[in-house]
Amino acid sequence: MRAFVALLRKELRHYFGSPLVYLVGAAFLAYTGYAFHADLIQFLTFGFGLNIMENLWQVVFLDVRLAVLLAVPLLTMRLLAEERRLGTLELLLTYPMTDRVVVAAKLVACLVVLAALLACTFVYPLWLNVLQPFPLAPVVAGFLGLFLLAAGCAAYGLFVSACTDSQVLASFLTLMPLLILWFLSWNEATSPGGPARVVEAVSLFNHFQPFTVGVIDARDVFYFLMLAGGFTWGTLRVLEARQWRGRR
Amino acid sequence: MADVSFTVGRGEVAALLGPYGSGKSTLMRCLIGYFSPTSGHVRVGGIDVGEDPVAARRRLGYLPEQVTLYPDLTVRRYLAFVAGAKGLASGGRRAAVDDAMARCALAHVADQRTGTLSKGYRQRVGLAQALLGDPEVLVLDEPTVGLDPVQTVELRELVRGLGGERTVLLSTHVLHEAAVLCTRVVILSRGRLVAEDTPAELARRLEGAAHVVVRVEGPAGEVAAVLAALPGVTAVEPQPADAGAGMAFVLRAPDAAPVQRAVAAAVVGRGWTLLEVRTAGPALEELFVRAVR
Repeated sequence: MRAFVALLRKELRHYFGSPLVYLVGAAFLAYTGYAFHADLIQFLTFGFGLNIMENLWQVVFLDVRLAVLLAVPLLTMRLLAEERRLGTLELLLTYPMTDRVVVAAKLVACLVVLAALLACTFVYPLWLNVLQPFPLAPVVAGFLGLFLLAAGCAAYGLFVSACTDSQVLASFLTLMPLLILWFLSWNEATSPGGPARVVEAVSLFNHFQPFTVGVIDARDVFYFLMLAGGFTWGTLRVLEARQWRGRR
Repeated sequence: MADVSFTVGRGEVAALLGPYGSGKSTLMRCLIGYFSPTSGHVRVGGIDVGEDPVAARRRLGYLPEQVTLYPDLTVRRYLAFVAGAKGLASGGRRAAVDDAMARCALAHVADQRTGTLSKGYRQRVGLAQALLGDPEVLVLDEPTVGLDPVQTVELRELVRGLGGERTVLLSTHVLHEAAVLCTRVVILSRGRLVAEDTPAELARRLEGAAHVVVRVEGPAGEVAAVLAALPGVTAVEPQPADAGAGMAFVLRAPDAAPVQRAVAAAVVGRGWTLLEVRTAGPALEELFVRAVR
């Protein structure tokens, strides 16, 4: 536990001691702030009086998730790739703690940053609620969805970062599959039947969308937890591979 | 690697010798549980590294061949992080870090970023992090490689100071280092153990390797014949002429002491001038080359 805390503090210090987090955070908030503004104007112009969840927050959440998908690779790329490149990983893995502690501390540190970014965007509904009260509970469900999405993506990003010592490659290989996994179900109408069902089942979009309208479905929660757990497991196996690859 | 089996006793300083690529680093990584052997066991203080790596690592301090630090942390902060990662109680961390810095003479660079340190200092920080947590066993992979002569001597002094209270296993290909620092030498070649003993015992085992160096002023041919006739001498090797006076010869003998006494009487008795008689143990280089071949 002490080792976990020490590692978590080191990771957080690294995040908040480098300009990257502030640049990513600024871009993230600028993008989501603009999206919220635009979506609100749209809602006021064309949908006022209609269901606010479906006509405003759903659109806002879908915009924010794009910012999440773009931010995650930048936040995860250096987690293990940099340690590998510096060679610090070897020493780290010889301290009296398991690989699990190392991976957990890195993932949690990244989630803390992502949670902080999402917490900043929570200002939008709070501010709107002050001007014009509306039920906040379904919006909280949306934020839960965003966080689960971020956790799944971060675990995947950590996994990719464990596979390479190049941060650029790690970031690219994290972003591309996430985007593809997102777009996956957009063409479902053109390929009905068997394959489409599979595509729907693994599509990020299909599992995220219910959260945006305030619905928490256990299957969707399970999907994101599986994603996070599966890639954390994968990360541990990659670290273990030093045994037979014979390198750090 | 195969057939490598040896024991280092408590308080010993042992050297792992071998040419580049002989498996020193791989062996050390097995010892600290970074790699696990496909067969065989490593025990540290009775704990099997493969079965309980965390408990074993608690007793181990490791200095990797390439000391890699987080470049933007200061020395103090880095060591504080390591103290935490090694699970030291937060109350004792500051004292432990100060102690490690004092031992490795790092106090005056405590607030410098590790990225700006010279190689010698980085090596000392590496040693300091290995010492944190007060491990019984230190595994040092090529601790003096790439250091300048002054730093090398300083680091050797440091390591020498650690022996006795702790068990130290260091790898090196600098034979002199093994000879001056270590009480036990393990020689590896191509992933196999080829010799293991104390430096003195290794020398004794390689029979005939002891030799006597003699320097005489006199007729070269006659001198050589007289020296060769001495009891116990197995070979006489005239040395090429050098800047010194007289002629130098190297006498091979299983036992050097009686030869040494006989040389003086034989040379002086014939009216020649004896300039030098000394024994030279087989250099570790010689043992090493023989063992590795």
